[in-house]
Amino acid sequence: MDSSGSGRRRFLKHAAALAGVGVGAGVGAEWAARGQSAKAEGAAKPEVQAKDGNDHRELLRRGARFSVDHITYYTPLQDYAGIITPAQLHFVQYHASHFPDIDAQQHRLTIHGMVDRPLSFSMDDLKRLPSVTRIHFLECHANSSPMIHGAGNPNMGPPVQYVHGMTSCSEWTGVPLSVLLNEVGVQKEGTWLVSEGADPGKFSHTLPMAKAMEDVLVAYGQNGEPLRVEQGYPIRLLVPGWEAPFSVKYLRHIKVVDQPYHAWNEAMNHSVARPDVGGKARWYHYQFGPKSVITRPSAGLKMPGRGYVQITGLAWSGGGVVKKVDVSTDGGKTWKEAKLQGPVVPRAHTRFTFDWAWNGEEAVLMSRCTDELGEVQPSRAENWGFSDEESKKPQRSIHTNAMQPWRVARDGSITDAMFS
Amino acid sequence: MRCSLSLLTSVMILSAPAVGLAQSPKFNVGTPLSQEEILGFDFMIGPEGKELPAGRGTAKEGAVVFAKRCEVCHGQNGERGVLRRLVLGSPGKPYGGPFKENEKDSVAYYPYATIAWDYINRAMPVPKPGSLTHDEVYAVVAFLLYRNGIIQETDVMDAKSLPKVEMPNRNGFVPAVPVYPPEPKPSWW
Repeated sequence: MDSSGSGRRRFLKHAAALAGVGVGAGVGAEWAARGQSAKAEGAAKPEVQAKDGNDHRELLRRGARFSVDHITYYTPLQDYAGIITPAQLHFVQYHASHFPDIDAQQHRLTIHGMVDRPLSFSMDDLKRLPSVTRIHFLECHANSSPMIHGAGNPNMGPPVQYVHGMTSCSEWTGVPLSVLLNEVGVQKEGTWLVSEGADPGKFSHTLPMAKAMEDVLVAYGQNGEPLRVEQGYPIRLLVPGWEAPFSVKYLRHIKVVDQPYHAWNEAMNHSVARPDVGGKARWYHYQFGPKSVITRPSAGLKMPGRGYVQITGLAWSGGGVVKKVDVSTDGGKTWKEAKLQGPVVPRAHTRFTFDWAWNGEEAVLMSRCTDELGEVQPSRAENWGFSDEESKKPQRSIHTNAMQPWRVARDGSITDAMFS
Repeated sequence: MRCSLSLLTSVMILSAPAVGLAQSPKFNVGTPLSQEEILGFDFMIGPEGKELPAGRGTAKEGAVVFAKRCEVCHGQNGERGVLRRLVLGSPGKPYGGPFKENEKDSVAYYPYATIAWDYINRAMPVPKPGSLTHDEVYAVVAFLLYRNGIIQETDVMDAKSLPKVEMPNRNGFVPAVPVYPPEPKPSWW
């Protein structure tokens, strides 16, 4: 399954994926359209030349990175509207060298372990069962990490796509995992489960049974179409509000177990040292806290001129519904409530807008999300457990939801003020 | 709000498995799996190593396999490769930490030795994941544990001995045993 198909076929798929990358990495609607036409014609090389003088080749290089064990795309948050991320612009943080070539007719999901009736489900089986459709964000556990704010990392930094673009929001369709777990009959010792994907890296992750029974989907649809290959075709787990690694793609095996299984990624890659626990590594983060980011105006863009400009951005929380977003234009000294644009649904991106008149002076734009649990988006020092002094250094951190300041200069240029 | 939600979650945890027990299948969809079929893919290895298959290997045997199949990316002895440094410390001298960000790839970082077996068996080597025999996986894991100073060169790794290997960074994680629901802290902690 991993490396079936001829070399040429695989090359063409890879080329198509690259053309798709042009889409994911582009800097605007114009780019999305170009990427699409390139893909439709089966062109092996994405168009990267632009007439506007910007080095889109550079942006393409940064937007999608390929290595022996990683493929990464970032969602162009600065360019899209509303709350739904087009599937082709959805972020990817993939832990293998190439996407798997899966025949959906042959694909099976098995559920075994501490169950009364181990079962295998075909795609036809899954699609005849009761389905639900829900809007949810997904976010990489490493999104917005201090390391990717640009300091010391030439691949990263503004625009907002490369700082916060590992979050996306889709309308997902699938079978509730609880339906399948009921079919197999979970035994009382089965308090956790561990899932495996059919990708070359066999991405695996543990999930507590209580969450599995609550709102997790085995998803086969995204924004009205089948899952894209880079999103886990033909099926993936969708664990609402939690770090995206829980949402295992190319899902093929679920084992019901009695303890966390510490798969390689979760035990190693997804743990991070915290100074407030003596440098030990925090692991098993679950839901994301309240978070928001202003997407326009934002670093790397330019102010359109003095006078009226709408500030807009996205807010979300793993804790449920976004209750309130406040915006500051003076670096957090004073705050005013932004408008929430519907729909406002639990564990989904929520669009906010704020009317502003720029007087041409320096300004620092920030947003702050409050969720239905009453939790408030933290400062970077609160977020990472560093002292304020320590937190000025861009160290690695994961599970980040700190407030993001953007500095507007008098000449209209906008920069990332997180570490300056 | 927060309190009532936690309470709700606790109730769910108590009741969820019981619900599973009490309910019979509602839709009767899906094909039963035989024990034999399950053994063919039951290779997600937990920390107790219950799923580990038969087989054995030592560091000496592993050195040969590593040079052939792993060295091209991970470098000689897993120390100076183009990708993912697997070895910190040296034979007899395990690395005690603290682990820098780029040192978390080392086997010395893992809380359980079974993680190395599990991942190498299913996901390595990159061009042909799953192409190592079980003996070869035991041998490569033995080699990496030896080079990290965690076991002796002559120690035999098999389904019984591997889960018993005491990893030096076992207590490097918080919480020591993951729990759900998590401790009542802000969700971003």
